[in-house]
Amino acid sequence: MLKISDLHAYYGKSHILRGVNLKISKGEIIALLGRNGVGRSTLVKSVMGLVPITGSIIYKNDEIVGNATHDIALKGIGYVPENRDVFPTLTVKENLLLGVKDKNAKAEWTVDEMFALFPNLKERADVSASALSGGEQQMLTICRCLMGNPEFMMIDEPTEGLSPQMVETVAELLKKIASKGISILLVEQKLTIALRLAARVYLMGHGKIVFEGTPKELEKNNKIRKEWLEV
Amino acid sequence: MDVILFTLFNGLLYGMLLFMLSSGLTLIFGMMGVLNFAHASFFMLGAYFAYQISKYIGFIPALFIAPLIIAFCGAMVEKYALRRVHKFGHVAELLFTFGLFYIIEELVQMIWGKVPVGYHVPEYMDFTLFSMSGMGYQAYAMFTLVVSIAMFIVLFSVLTKTRAGLIIQAALTHPEIVSSLGHNVPKVFMLVFGLGCALAGLAGVLAGNTLGTEPSMALSLGPIVFVVIVVGGLGSLKGALVASILIGIVQTTAISLDYSINNFIELIGFSVDIESLWRILIDLTISQIAPILPYLLLVLMLIFRPRGLFGNRDV
Repeated sequence: MLKISDLHAYYGKSHILRGVNLKISKGEIIALLGRNGVGRSTLVKSVMGLVPITGSIIYKNDEIVGNATHDIALKGIGYVPENRDVFPTLTVKENLLLGVKDKNAKAEWTVDEMFALFPNLKERADVSASALSGGEQQMLTICRCLMGNPEFMMIDEPTEGLSPQMVETVAELLKKIASKGISILLVEQKLTIALRLAARVYLMGHGKIVFEGTPKELEKNNKIRKEWLEV
Repeated sequence: MDVILFTLFNGLLYGMLLFMLSSGLTLIFGMMGVLNFAHASFFMLGAYFAYQISKYIGFIPALFIAPLIIAFCGAMVEKYALRRVHKFGHVAELLFTFGLFYIIEELVQMIWGKVPVGYHVPEYMDFTLFSMSGMGYQAYAMFTLVVSIAMFIVLFSVLTKTRAGLIIQAALTHPEIVSSLGHNVPKVFMLVFGLGCALAGLAGVLAGNTLGTEPSMALSLGPIVFVVIVVGGLGSLKGALVASILIGIVQTTAISLDYSINNFIELIGFSVDIESLWRILIDLTISQIAPILPYLLLVLMLIFRPRGLFGNRDV
């Protein structure tokens, strides 16, 4: 579904991604792990066309490097940013409605379905999104992304700063999304959630992929974990 | 009582003109961060285009056609020039719009000359509709007021009740996220810039025949528009409305007050030496300092509340 080859990204003179290669198949959950500052968020931003890059990103047989961000989104790629960027001046319901890419397309996910999944959001449908708790805002950004019927979602640190109960809710939601055949690239710092959800993991260090394998293989590989993941 | 009503009403009339002019700029500035120095030039173009069009097909068609032409011009400026300059930062954008201001002024002088053109209020609206405190109010002034109020209602409804409006509001603060949801933000920016220019053009159509249509009209109203959007709060239409009316009323009230600090000092039984340097300052009447009051408000606002009255982010 998505194949990234020899991807390089730059912020001014800083060379952030240094030849990343990565593959995701349809319906797969992949975890992208690594410490802070290794380039995980830059990688997902690169796929969305938000960062200047060189290299190749093939999505469903189309080269998308050089495409505008909105065109990439319209091809079926969804992006949930790491800092829970809800639209603060809009209500919860308005935030969800802005996720719809094509009003005339058949909706795979509706506002009512989202409210059924998260009754908290329903109760606060007409409340400004800025008034939600951190966990609720995280739910809202994931739901907003789903409203656009993505076939592939990139979710950046969805469990960061959440209570254990909320982490559980997010994990259940991600399983439900994957069960509908949507591929997920999950950016995480912790191995625990990746072990539960992901079929494969990629570990990043210094702007490169330093490990690729199953979560079990990573769990067993103490040397790699200590060098590139654990603090 | 009559005097207060008269002053408030005049302030409202002037304030609504400021609102028409500033509403577009607050959207452009708030959304794109573009300090469009040439915004008032589109106001001037609106007046000149209306003058030209109304000569052939009348005022009412000009009221619609002139803003549409200006919208097209604005959208093209954004698409083919400003968007390219944008990557070099806000200073480059400011310099670009500064240059555009002078280009438009020179073009206007080349085409229509340096003296005011004969753009007049249409005869069928050039009569006294009612009188207040012995002052007659022209039907055209009421027409302008009605159009500006209608413009606010339409614009506010579009921004808050329609999907396009929600996209604009969201793109004001989070353009990258809006793009990643599949919305064409550059196109939204172009349309907002065109709409903002059209609103300035509409203000020019309505005000050009009362304020005078001349090449210096952009410079005379341009700076005050920036005061309005900063005081009101960047990107806030409600803020632009309140700040416009506030500044309109402050200016019209101040012009009618012929009192100085010296009057007050004398009232409480003191006097200041006529040779004193302070005397020059305290002899200034409120009406004399009226033109600087909006800029004083701007400075105070930037110091104490940089996000303005209704803005949700700092300047």
